[in-house]
Amino acid sequence: MSHLLRKHAPITDAAWREIDTEARERLAPALAGRKLVDFAGPLGWEYSATNLGRVAAVDGEPVAGVQANQRRVLPLVELRAPFSVSRAELRDLDRGAEDLDLDELDAATQRIAVAENLAVFHGLASAGIQGIAEASDHPPISLGDGDFDRYPTHAARAVEMLLSVGIEGPYGLALGPECYTGVIETTERGGYPLLDHLRKIIGGPLVWAPGLGGAVVVSERGGDFLFESGQDLAVGYDSHDADVVNFYLEESFSFRVATPEAAVALVRP
Amino acid sequence: MGFDQYHEPPDELPPQTRTFARMCASLTEEAEAIGWYEQRLAVEPDPQARAVMRDAQGEEFKHFSMDLEYLLRRTPVWREIAQGILFQEGDIVEHGEAAEAEAGEEHEGESGPSFGSGPTGDGTLGIGSLRGAGL
Repeated sequence: MSHLLRKHAPITDAAWREIDTEARERLAPALAGRKLVDFAGPLGWEYSATNLGRVAAVDGEPVAGVQANQRRVLPLVELRAPFSVSRAELRDLDRGAEDLDLDELDAATQRIAVAENLAVFHGLASAGIQGIAEASDHPPISLGDGDFDRYPTHAARAVEMLLSVGIEGPYGLALGPECYTGVIETTERGGYPLLDHLRKIIGGPLVWAPGLGGAVVVSERGGDFLFESGQDLAVGYDSHDADVVNFYLEESFSFRVATPEAAVALVRP
Repeated sequence: MGFDQYHEPPDELPPQTRTFARMCASLTEEAEAIGWYEQRLAVEPDPQARAVMRDAQGEEFKHFSMDLEYLLRRTPVWREIAQGILFQEGDIVEHGEAAEAEAGEEHEGESGPSFGSGPTGDGTLGIGSLRGAGL
């Protein structure tokens, strides 16, 4: 049995299927980083660190005439988002109810998706993870305040900056929630949807990215942004009492930017 | 060109099932090739020809093993049963029966391959890469 202890949860197979399905359906739209970066794995819960292929010198010589180096690795981060489900709701599910109250699960999926996106786009400094926006070698482009008509100009400028350092397309565009809503709602003069205009400039996917502040244009050629999954997102069992069953969403991963010049951050004031 | 690996109308099958069927067909072909080389080696007297064929058969061993690992990673029940049988000392049939019974308890109610599940088949949601998704 795995450490998720799913077999110990006092719920039926039908309930597990409902919880897993709900979690999967809520997570997939929000996991913006995975839509734009290379994904390796999953490599298992026991997998603890990403090989960086580098060494650091160990001070001094353990024995005269012997040098020591230590391998450098990037330890995986574990994310965990707890939630509870009412046992009464679970009993109703087994009776055939289809309007279950899984609000806590839905909130947990959003929290862990935002946390993953934050790590990918803005980094998690305390865990040694640098995000795409922070790692970029290019000066950030200011988006202005609500001036969505100018987004094509900003996107074209970002693409030009990438081309100027030899980073060819297609590209992807991650948009924070405010930027995304503005893009979807805006029609340029002449009635042309802004979304279609941006899509022509970028050449790749436009992605809703909760957790991202502003936007970022990234190369989609591959090999530039590396997400390594230990355990992919899973629902585990924690505990229960007479009223609720306590679960958690969990994953482990590392993220690193191999090519800092392959992205341009677009920042809001 | 035929599409014999599909037993059901391909248009009605989800993409991951079509991929699964292709990899099953590939696994079968690699196993057949291993068997063919084994027969050729048994009758070929020329040492150089035998060396070439032995080398080619080694390639098929590799291909078969990669196909199998791919399929096992996407089918937790299959993987769990295989773990109880492969590379174990002792009676193969006994191991098979025990592994099947244990996996049956663990995965009661599940059917078919669980695509995208982690390599340990331990209940991950199987989301994996979403590359290219978006507007």
